[in-house]
Amino acid sequence: MSSTLEKTDYGTDHWTMILRPKKSLFQVNLAELWQYRDLISLFVRRDFVAKYKQTILGPLWFVIQPLLTTLMFVVVFGNIAGIPTDGIPQVLFYMSGIVGWNYFSTCLNDTSQTFLKNASIFGKVYFPRLAMPISIVISNLVSFIIQFLFLLCFLLYFYLKGADISTGVDVLLLPFLVLLIAGLGLGFGIIISSLTTKYRDLTHLVGFGVSLWMYATPIIYPLSEIPERYRMFVLANPMTPLIETFKTVLLGVGTVNYLYLLYSLVFTIVLLIVGVLIFNKVERTFMDTV
Amino acid sequence: MNEVVIRFEDVSKQYRLGVVGTGTLSHDLNRFFARVRGREDPTRKVGVANTLRERSGDYVWALKDINFSLNDGEVLGVVGKNGAGKSTLLKLLSRVTAPTTGEIKVKGRIASLLEVGTGFHPELTGKENIYLNGAILGMTKREITSKFEEIVEFSGVGKYVDTPVKRYSSGMYVRLAFAVAAHLEPEILIVDEVLAVGDAEFQKKAIGKMQSVSRSGRTVLFVSHNLTAVEQLCTKGILLQNGMLKMEGPIHDVTTAYKKSSVHESELKRSGTRLVEFQKYEITDGQGRTTDEVMLGDSFRVTASFTAKEKMDYTDMTLDIRNDANEFIGHVTNSDDLFEIKNIEKGGQKTVSVDVKEVSFAPGTYYISLWLGNNYGTFDYIENCIRFSIKQGEGFIRRPYPFDKRAKAVLKSSWKIEDRR
Repeated sequence: MSSTLEKTDYGTDHWTMILRPKKSLFQVNLAELWQYRDLISLFVRRDFVAKYKQTILGPLWFVIQPLLTTLMFVVVFGNIAGIPTDGIPQVLFYMSGIVGWNYFSTCLNDTSQTFLKNASIFGKVYFPRLAMPISIVISNLVSFIIQFLFLLCFLLYFYLKGADISTGVDVLLLPFLVLLIAGLGLGFGIIISSLTTKYRDLTHLVGFGVSLWMYATPIIYPLSEIPERYRMFVLANPMTPLIETFKTVLLGVGTVNYLYLLYSLVFTIVLLIVGVLIFNKVERTFMDTV
Repeated sequence: MNEVVIRFEDVSKQYRLGVVGTGTLSHDLNRFFARVRGREDPTRKVGVANTLRERSGDYVWALKDINFSLNDGEVLGVVGKNGAGKSTLLKLLSRVTAPTTGEIKVKGRIASLLEVGTGFHPELTGKENIYLNGAILGMTKREITSKFEEIVEFSGVGKYVDTPVKRYSSGMYVRLAFAVAAHLEPEILIVDEVLAVGDAEFQKKAIGKMQSVSRSGRTVLFVSHNLTAVEQLCTKGILLQNGMLKMEGPIHDVTTAYKKSSVHESELKRSGTRLVEFQKYEITDGQGRTTDEVMLGDSFRVTASFTAKEKMDYTDMTLDIRNDANEFIGHVTNSDDLFEIKNIEKGGQKTVSVDVKEVSFAPGTYYISLWLGNNYGTFDYIENCIRFSIKQGEGFIRRPYPFDKRAKAVLKSSWKIEDRR
């Protein structure tokens, strides 16, 4: 069974697959992707092992990056600029935003290069191309989890020191949030990677676009600080409800706004469907244009 | 048995020439409007037959209207020159890219080996790479585990499976990569030129493996420049020329036709300023009789005429000799014999002949490229324009058993034996 399979009349010719110039837009073969799950897990392993081989600190790098960024934010935004943090200890406020945002931005950045970076493999052998971005999202999940555990250590430390942190039942929302963050990163990433096979300009945009996007997301400031007339713009950003809720359930400030979350959910689903369809169309002939 | 497992129906593949960049968007818009108005894709019309020399238009047909079918258990050799469309054909079948028109029907699982070691990561150990590469080629973890011992043994890198492959010698790397590929069990195996890697012993092993694959009733598609290997392995052949299917039939008929067709002047690759230009060239035997067969140990003569467009103080002429695997085997130049070609008047014509003595190349097919030029550059260079074969005569090789084909040359020798003092 393959993604190019089109149902043929089993009575006359029973071909396993028929390769045609075009296939219908909505022909996505998820069953085939499932057959290649071993490949996905091996890609995840490869990414993980290869990234930290021959480094002295190894996986410690996972936590050094958010730690240093947090310290920088505390100094610049917390102390110099004096942006309030809703009464939450600055370290916790920034770090929780950074850890959540990092997962999104690494997913987007890494998957947006799927076709360009893997052209040499894709040019030699067939496997469902979606296996590549999916494995990227999973291997980034591993680093997210490590960073998240690190964040929990800080949370515990501040809690023991008597900071006002109340983590409630809505913590159960966390897996759902992570899934949506991954979905958004993946969705944007595969759309960009599909477009870059022809129009290389986008690669330039993605690099700084993602870092600018961070400022449109409530990471260095709480949503409550946004003047009313700008709030709509910040809320139109599908990452806003996710990062806000991420902070709310962990640190216990404010309440979860389910309407906003629903918006992010619908946005993610639509984005993923569009993304997979475009990706699916491009993957068949991208080798001719890349 | 004798069931069709692969069928190409009017398959064509068009490529855009040159750099894709500026203009892509306008081309796309053109296409889109044509489609909206129900007209034919405007970019399709400018496609030209794929001749490497002439490129009129921005698009080229790498393959045009290919029709053939293949039964199970057949081993198909795909022959043709560089750019004839061999690799495109394999790419379509391996699903690396999709055809522009037509349909390819396939029955059974395909594994393609367009290169060995696809996806090998230098930092990973041999073992990790076996799993990764196996999975890329379509095996599950279970399948790989069940064959792991076999793969390691076949590759002969047993001691080093836990060492990162970046520490491997290139030979070990290739052996390990081929070993993984060799243990795939698809119904259809597609192989492109991978036998060109590794040492002679390993090549033998690899050919043996492919033969055993085909004996077990599976179908193999094989592309190679090494006609000897193609003839050894394949039962059936197709000949591609300029993207078109020129011939289909038993392998020996196809390779014979290919050898004959491969020296057509119109397709010769030629370069240089042409200030001095070859007009005519031929190969004769030592006595001056026209032939394209030379006995091992005999001599042959190459005669070439050329014309100078400008007055030329001096020029050199060389012969490069390559075998049918395109390996550079021999080189002859006038300056080695302290022979000078000089003072040619404008419009002057000269005929130079050179005798190459006691040819000691192993029996096989050879191609001579002719070059004219001096310190200032190349005047005329015609690649592989003379084809000849060297036959095993009685005079040179006198052993009662066949000549070992791995050797590229036969050296003249004399022997002596003495009592030990």
